[in-house]
Amino acid sequence: MRQKDLKISRVIISIIFLLFVAALFVDFRELIPTVWADWILFPQFVPSLVRFVTIPALAATGFFVILILTALFGRVYCSAICPLGILQDVVAWISKNLGLIKRYKFKKALNYLRYPVLVITVITLISGSLFLVNLLDPYSSFGRIFSDIIRPGIIAGNNGLAGLLERFDHYGLYRLNLELITWRTVLIPAITLALVVWLSLFFGRLYCNTICPVGTVLGLLSRVSLFRISMNADTCTRCGKCSFACKSNCINVKTLQVDTSRCVACYNCISVCPEKSIQYARPFNRSGNRAVTDTSKREFIGKTVLYVTALAGFSRTVLGQEEKERPAGKIPNKKNYPVSPPGSVSLVHFKDRCTACHLCVSVCPTHVLQPSFLEYGLLGMSQPHMNYSVEYCNFECTKCGEVCPTGAILPLTVEDKKLEQTGKVNFIKEKCIVFTDNTSCGACSEHCPTQAVKMVPYKGNLTIPETDTEICIGCGACEFACPVKPHTSIFVDGNAVHQVAKAPKIEELKVEEQEEFPF
Amino acid sequence: MKRRDFIRNSIGFGVLSGAALSMGRLDEVMAAENAALQLPYDFVAIKGGEAVEMFDKGIASLGGMKQFVKPNQTVVIKPNIGWDSAPERAANTNPQLVARIIEQCKMAGAKTVYVFDNSCAEESRCYKISGIEAAAKSAGATMVSGKSAGYYQAVTLPNGKRLKNAKVHELILESDVFINVPVLKNHGGSTLSVCMKNLMGVVWDREYWHSNDLHQCIADFAAYRKPDLNIVDAFRVLKRNGPRGVSVADVVTMKYQLIGKDIVALDTASAKVFGIDPKQVKHIGLAEQLGAGSSNIETMKVNRITMGA
Repeated sequence: MRQKDLKISRVIISIIFLLFVAALFVDFRELIPTVWADWILFPQFVPSLVRFVTIPALAATGFFVILILTALFGRVYCSAICPLGILQDVVAWISKNLGLIKRYKFKKALNYLRYPVLVITVITLISGSLFLVNLLDPYSSFGRIFSDIIRPGIIAGNNGLAGLLERFDHYGLYRLNLELITWRTVLIPAITLALVVWLSLFFGRLYCNTICPVGTVLGLLSRVSLFRISMNADTCTRCGKCSFACKSNCINVKTLQVDTSRCVACYNCISVCPEKSIQYARPFNRSGNRAVTDTSKREFIGKTVLYVTALAGFSRTVLGQEEKERPAGKIPNKKNYPVSPPGSVSLVHFKDRCTACHLCVSVCPTHVLQPSFLEYGLLGMSQPHMNYSVEYCNFECTKCGEVCPTGAILPLTVEDKKLEQTGKVNFIKEKCIVFTDNTSCGACSEHCPTQAVKMVPYKGNLTIPETDTEICIGCGACEFACPVKPHTSIFVDGNAVHQVAKAPKIEELKVEEQEEFPF
Repeated sequence: MKRRDFIRNSIGFGVLSGAALSMGRLDEVMAAENAALQLPYDFVAIKGGEAVEMFDKGIASLGGMKQFVKPNQTVVIKPNIGWDSAPERAANTNPQLVARIIEQCKMAGAKTVYVFDNSCAEESRCYKISGIEAAAKSAGATMVSGKSAGYYQAVTLPNGKRLKNAKVHELILESDVFINVPVLKNHGGSTLSVCMKNLMGVVWDREYWHSNDLHQCIADFAAYRKPDLNIVDAFRVLKRNGPRGVSVADVVTMKYQLIGKDIVALDTASAKVFGIDPKQVKHIGLAEQLGAGSSNIETMKVNRITMGA
């Protein structure tokens, strides 16, 4: 490939990735088959890594491919594959066209920020919490932004258009419920979006080179990658155009050195160099200066060891306390555990693997899967939970497990899903409308797919719910339908470890043949 | 038309029609239109055939669909599409029957036929798995969402005892002809789900009904907006675990169908077909008290058709 073709190739590939990943998250009409998610999200670094720990299979080796790619070609992930990185490029491109920033310039790396952020993230990860990974992982952040902010925006647009069309008796588009959006679910993605947009408007790829743990990890490899950006001292006129074009602020024209740990392989510098003296090549083929060994690498390794040993034990104790502080009793109706999605095995399995990308939230057809606030505790913030106050889990649906890129929600067959008990039903008779008002209701039983909630004779013609926790699968249909609000008279308490429910008993139905009309 | 004028006119029209509706005149207007309608029978009961054949015979004996649908009218058909289960489970109306009704409406000259339900499970799955979306579309109807809050308009029910206000799907308010096509089934809360219970799927806020005397609310709404025609699908009948059912073991093939205008009479006859005393279904009596129809089917002129061997 010719050097000048590098940039256009990168731009084309990145746009394809951005569109595909974004489409997955905003597909509110269920147009994209769930199997596509496996392919589209294969190279996303953090989900793939987490998934590999859960299921060491070929489908989970995307992170390894990225590591090899980085060792060969530098941080191509950051420019061509990472959706948050590409999103920043879009913002930076707009910024440049608006004249908000005319040129970038070389700046020193903020090592005192990027390495501690990475180290602390790794430590919390090792000690069992995904909290920081979730907060900082660029793919998951992108997912949250698109699932929680952009998708509702698109639905709002759809609703506006549908409203217009219905005036002319066209019913092809229809409106969707937007009431589920609350400040709690939007808080984290909104802050992330604001930070990312602000940084990319004025500071290029500063997010990727200070905050993003993936960027920092890949940066360690890209320092020594086979292909790197380098400058030819013989032909370079030191005009500075490459440095002005570098959104990673990593080209130092004075020393003719490129900080390849921060270079995201965008190739913008190559396309602006009038002398063709900056190129992407194997270092030992270069005719220019070889960069002097950077002491910061050694410094980093030393510091890492220090941080890990010092903080590992500390964070263990902090996290141990968090487990005990489960807010039992604070939640109305004494729910002991939140309900995690079917296929998530147990709360521990789920919390240890979910990076809160919210793809399951996006694809959930009923929207019962909602970003949590404090349901899983502070460290589980924004990992999705089953919110039965807004909807209930569709009996036949297995989409969340099909799309989950990390293995936090494992795929289930429809048969297994129908027996996976995510929680158990609790009925408080004293709160039930049949008991308090002496009027018929039955909304809970009506929605129950297994008749774990069954209406049995009560007073006169009235019927009242009776529950069977053995065949209950915890889908939340009863809780959703119960008209006693906000703290329903029937509710599901989560299973800390999911169980297998018994299949509903099927008894033979005796029928009397009617010979004549009964009237 | 200028955009501003369009908006102004739309608002004006909305206020006017809203005012008209709030005075409770909708039903009177509809009734006046239908006053001239003379049917040979109070209702028709058919048994022993396939759903489509039974409908063709039954509607023909009432003088054909042209009795109910005039050329160039808009028709809304409200089947039960409450659940995402296959036709064999009998939680939803038979899709072939829905398709045949649409075809008959079209043959009678209907301009547009709309089909919708405010489903209990996720809508697109209900529409698809019930088979009704595909059958209705191939018969030439327009499927409309019942999950779109924007389609529901607030109305007042001046004669309602517990249900004083409701948000009703605009197709029910605006269409010339309203055809109600319930499936007969057991119901844990309301004892039986037939014509009147099926109307819960044309309103937005069902929860209110459940928490404010379900039977009274069902009766209140039945008295407010009587369908122009009711067709009870009792070909497959969900005998227990209703309205959703757990498996096909809950279903009995009864091969019945009832067609008529009087919603109370049809629910009464349906209870008897189901095998329970109509008095056990409380909303039948309550609706009769409100003048929604008559449960005195013994004195009615009924056409009983037996098909097959």
